[in-house]
Amino acid sequence: MTVELALFIVLAAMAVSGAVSLILQRHPIHSALSLIVVMAALAGLYLLLGAEFIAAVQIIVYAGAIMVLFVFVIMLLNAGVEERTSFSRMARYVGLPLAVVFLLQLVWWAAKVPAQAAQTTQALTSTRSLALMLFREFLLPFELTSILILIAILGAVVLAKKEPV
Amino acid sequence: MSDFLASHTFLIVSLLKVVVVLLVLLTAVAYLSWFERKVVAHIQSRWGPHRAGAHGLLQPLADGIKFLFKEDPMPAGVDRFVYFFAPALALTLAVTTIALIPFGPGTIKIFGQETVVAVSDVNIGLLILFALTSLGVYGVVLAGWSSNSKYPLLGGLRSSAQMVSYELALTLSVVGVLLLTGTFNFREIIHKQEGFAWGFLPRWNLFAWPAPQLLGFFIFFIAAIAETNRSPFDLAEAEQELVGGFHTEYASFKFAMFFLSEYANMVTVSLLASALFLGGWLSPFPDTPLWAWTQYLPTAIFGLGGLALLADALKYKTGWKRIQLTVVSLLALGLAAVCALPGAIEFVQGPFWYVAKATTFLFVYVWVRGTLPRFRYDQLMSIGWKLLFPLALLNVVATSLAILAAQR
Repeated sequence: MTVELALFIVLAAMAVSGAVSLILQRHPIHSALSLIVVMAALAGLYLLLGAEFIAAVQIIVYAGAIMVLFVFVIMLLNAGVEERTSFSRMARYVGLPLAVVFLLQLVWWAAKVPAQAAQTTQALTSTRSLALMLFREFLLPFELTSILILIAILGAVVLAKKEPV
Repeated sequence: MSDFLASHTFLIVSLLKVVVVLLVLLTAVAYLSWFERKVVAHIQSRWGPHRAGAHGLLQPLADGIKFLFKEDPMPAGVDRFVYFFAPALALTLAVTTIALIPFGPGTIKIFGQETVVAVSDVNIGLLILFALTSLGVYGVVLAGWSSNSKYPLLGGLRSSAQMVSYELALTLSVVGVLLLTGTFNFREIIHKQEGFAWGFLPRWNLFAWPAPQLLGFFIFFIAAIAETNRSPFDLAEAEQELVGGFHTEYASFKFAMFFLSEYANMVTVSLLASALFLGGWLSPFPDTPLWAWTQYLPTAIFGLGGLALLADALKYKTGWKRIQLTVVSLLALGLAAVCALPGAIEFVQGPFWYVAKATTFLFVYVWVRGTLPRFRYDQLMSIGWKLLFPLALLNVVATSLAILAAQR
């Protein structure tokens, strides 16, 4: 067993168990923490594939900024343990079988596709080549995305602004 | 077993480096608390710690023992897992970041293996460092939330908003350096700062042509103080309002972990600032025969310091403190002798200048704390968003334009 395979197994187990725990946890903060574990594990997987920049950004943006806001909001609203309603009980009886069916389907598809080693495309891994890609070939989509985010920020500011009395 | 060790020298060397760096860091952190108390005390015309050991030099040891043996009560209704996890996370992240910092140029040989003078040499060192510091906020926030108490909760809320806000300015202030050097690797960033303009002005990023990062350094400095939750931005633990802030409900060793992580973060930020803006391990003196004597500066400083301590030891009336000071002065003199050895003198230059710069930065840190009163929370937010953030953006644009103009 190579080091890469061992690392992959550990990280994949971390990601999956984090995702399962995200659903099973009763308290929103615990769910949020599980999500952070998933993101950290994904960052590790990106690193294994040689995408160092994406891995770092995954941590900085998702775990370091977005999830902090999640936790902040949960703390601010002082959200408690989730309550069980009749609907959430129904989800157990309908949701679980559906999840099993979906999983089986996934396994079936995965078995059908021939095993293929993930190719680390060296051209895309370095930060420099990624930047060149973004700012030359995909400049228009990149700028459009930033304008989209700008509009979202403006919308948030307008919504949060106090009404003139 | 020996086969395994022989074939995995990299592992052993790395482990050895980790242990050495960790020991040095934890000692430095312990004595940083002593340094801070002494400096702040003298700013406020007090003596500071002076009972435990000569000049209070054994104070960190006494503090450590006190932390270990204190009762460790746990408040009712805490979220047990998160309550224990938060201080561990804070300390782990704080001491991990040091692994990315290179302390000197070139390589050294340990057990026949060439290795860099750093725990690790990563392509995206700076990015990983930012990733680790951006996770640091969780230690504070989770501690505040899990304590099940109103003061820690308020402290945690404040600090999460504060750290996310100042992280923007902190990261953007470094973009100027990245534009100048074109790499995320610490060793390359420092190597790019070699050389001197007009024969005397070092080409550190602080003074780099065509875009001196004076503004970037200013923003970085302020944002770094806020990121490490230090006065005047220590609203997460404002004691007049929040008792102790996020760590109110922590005692004994769990409190010590927060304490250590705060000081370890200070050390890392100082090392980072020195690497990014002040040329890291590079000597501030040109490499010309005229300035050749500066390579004996480490010896001179340690030697004079040792002699001064020896003179001081003779003044003490109590024998025990005399012995202590004599031991410390002999250590300093020994260090001075080692620094002058023909084999060591080349190697010592890098770490010496690096640590000297970081110590200066740490002194300013403490100086600011001893001088400025704490900001109000709304002032803190408006400084972050309305002053530092636009200035950092301006710095990015100005630096890019200057570099472009210089290329034409």
